[in-house]
Amino acid sequence: MSLLEIRNATLKFGGVVAVNDLSFSVEEGEVYAIVGPNGAGKSTVFNLISRFYEPFAGSFQFDGGNLLDCKADEVADLGIARTFQNIELFDHATVLQNLLVGRHRHRKSNLVEELFFAPRVRREEHAHREAVEEVIDFLDLQPYRDKMIAGLPYGVRKVVELGRALASGPRLLLLDEPASGLSVEETQDMRWWIDDIRKQMGITVLMVEHDMGLVSSVSDRVLALADGAKLAEGTPAEVQSNPAVIEAYLGAGAA
Amino acid sequence: MRIHFKTSYEHDIRLFPDRWSFGVYAALLILAVLLPFLIGEFYLGEVTNVLIWAIAGLGLMLLTGQTGQASLGHAAFLAVGCYANTILIEQGVPFIIAFPLAGVITGLVGVVIAIPVLRLHGIYLAIATIALSILADDIIVLLEPWTGGVSGKFPEVINIFGFEIERWTMPTRFYYLVLVVTVVCTLFYRNLLRSPLGRAFAAVRDSEVSATAMGVHIARTKGTAFGLSCMITGWAGALMGYYAGTFNNETFSLVISITLLMMIVIGGLGSIHGAFFGAVVVAFLPQALSIGKDLFIGGSVAIPGLETGVFGLILILFILFEPMGIYGRWMKIRIWFELFPFARKDMFKRQKSYLKTERLR
Repeated sequence: MSLLEIRNATLKFGGVVAVNDLSFSVEEGEVYAIVGPNGAGKSTVFNLISRFYEPFAGSFQFDGGNLLDCKADEVADLGIARTFQNIELFDHATVLQNLLVGRHRHRKSNLVEELFFAPRVRREEHAHREAVEEVIDFLDLQPYRDKMIAGLPYGVRKVVELGRALASGPRLLLLDEPASGLSVEETQDMRWWIDDIRKQMGITVLMVEHDMGLVSSVSDRVLALADGAKLAEGTPAEVQSNPAVIEAYLGAGAA
Repeated sequence: MRIHFKTSYEHDIRLFPDRWSFGVYAALLILAVLLPFLIGEFYLGEVTNVLIWAIAGLGLMLLTGQTGQASLGHAAFLAVGCYANTILIEQGVPFIIAFPLAGVITGLVGVVIAIPVLRLHGIYLAIATIALSILADDIIVLLEPWTGGVSGKFPEVINIFGFEIERWTMPTRFYYLVLVVTVVCTLFYRNLLRSPLGRAFAAVRDSEVSATAMGVHIARTKGTAFGLSCMITGWAGALMGYYAGTFNNETFSLVISITLLMMIVIGGLGSIHGAFFGAVVVAFLPQALSIGKDLFIGGSVAIPGLETGVFGLILILFILFEPMGIYGRWMKIRIWFELFPFARKDMFKRQKSYLKTERLR
């Protein structure tokens, strides 16, 4: 059984069909990439999975359960974490605090315990920090641990956002353009990280990405979208050589 | 410059980052405890007033500075706390139970009001909460059998197991009571900041979208923030009632709400220090103005609106030149000395921030 299975998903904004009868499934332990021209509906698919948007039709299954039964804030509890295309960090907090918010779904203490900072809260804070520290080690964020987000360069913010998603200990990681705006070296780092996330941590990755170099080097399967519908699906090489995909990107006659 | 070498998670979690800052705050607390022996009764009363305002400021700071929800209705919650405390004591509940309970009641009232009101954002939220302030006045008049309406109420002498506290005849005892409440509220605030809920508050303030994606329930978190904020404000209200000695429907007016909000902006949004700095300004400004007026113009001349005018001017100047408030200025001066001579002029210039994700609503 697939980890994430989407069938016949459709979403319309007024007369615009953003996602049109889209079906695909992500297997446990793979890196699955979604590509497509601007406005193809890639981020919309992510927002559907995050339950920010309510689909018109279609079924969303995660690990055998119905994703549509969850509210947006319950999706994290299932073990789905995500990043955003235009970095959505908590700007007036430090890197460490941002990563600790990622641990929010593991919060067990209640309000009264926290007001008095009961021993249990302290114990859990230690556990959260241990988990977060592993992520910091993994992503080489040590120099930035206590820095405010508002003063960090773009590339570091991108990594912090990845770290925040990882800190929640997800089973499925949704990466919305992880390499956009990154330098060549940073993209290379991102590539190793995505590889390690899959191989060492055993986390399934679903990503939207424009950088075909990154996509073809890390992903097992690629889905090409255009106008909200599936254009092609298969290995990176298959999709890249698919005439329909080339036409969507470069226009008719280019193939 | 002090550099913290963190060698265990406790370095992050504990209340004070190092021995030095522990020493500073301990000295401050000792000074506060010894204060009645150092200054006269009049000034002790003024300091008590500062502390009461600081408690109210902490309450609003939790909501506005921490969770990012503006409220111009907190005078209403001062009133709820004040009346709840007085009425409970009149019903024969001992102070030691009635006072904490008054805060809890205010918190619950706050949560009930928060459920519809917190659906609004930004300026609309501010307008809706103004309505609360105005309504409170009328509701107090309408509930005359309990509240005493326009003629108001007088709080009874506080009695803790036979130990009596009264603001006018025993200012020292009242000062210590207020000091204890201040320390407890500050500790609550600090504890929240270092636990998951406090971080969730900041998350809601900075980005609701990604807070949701991290599993933070936005409405519940905002409601909790509102409730906690109202609880602390309720305690401040009860103490204000004792401090004033009498109160009626007009004591907790819209002006008090606005003053509260201005206070935390001037003090510095989002910091505990800010609540205290702002309280000092709010409590001492009228005195400073009247002393200044006596000196320069002569005490007999009345200048209507002087206080509000000066207050407004200060607020405008702060927003223009120091949006981080007094606390922000203090930090800058401190860092300048710590880094001397390496501080640069543009060190605190805001960096260009990047596009936010297209808003989902």
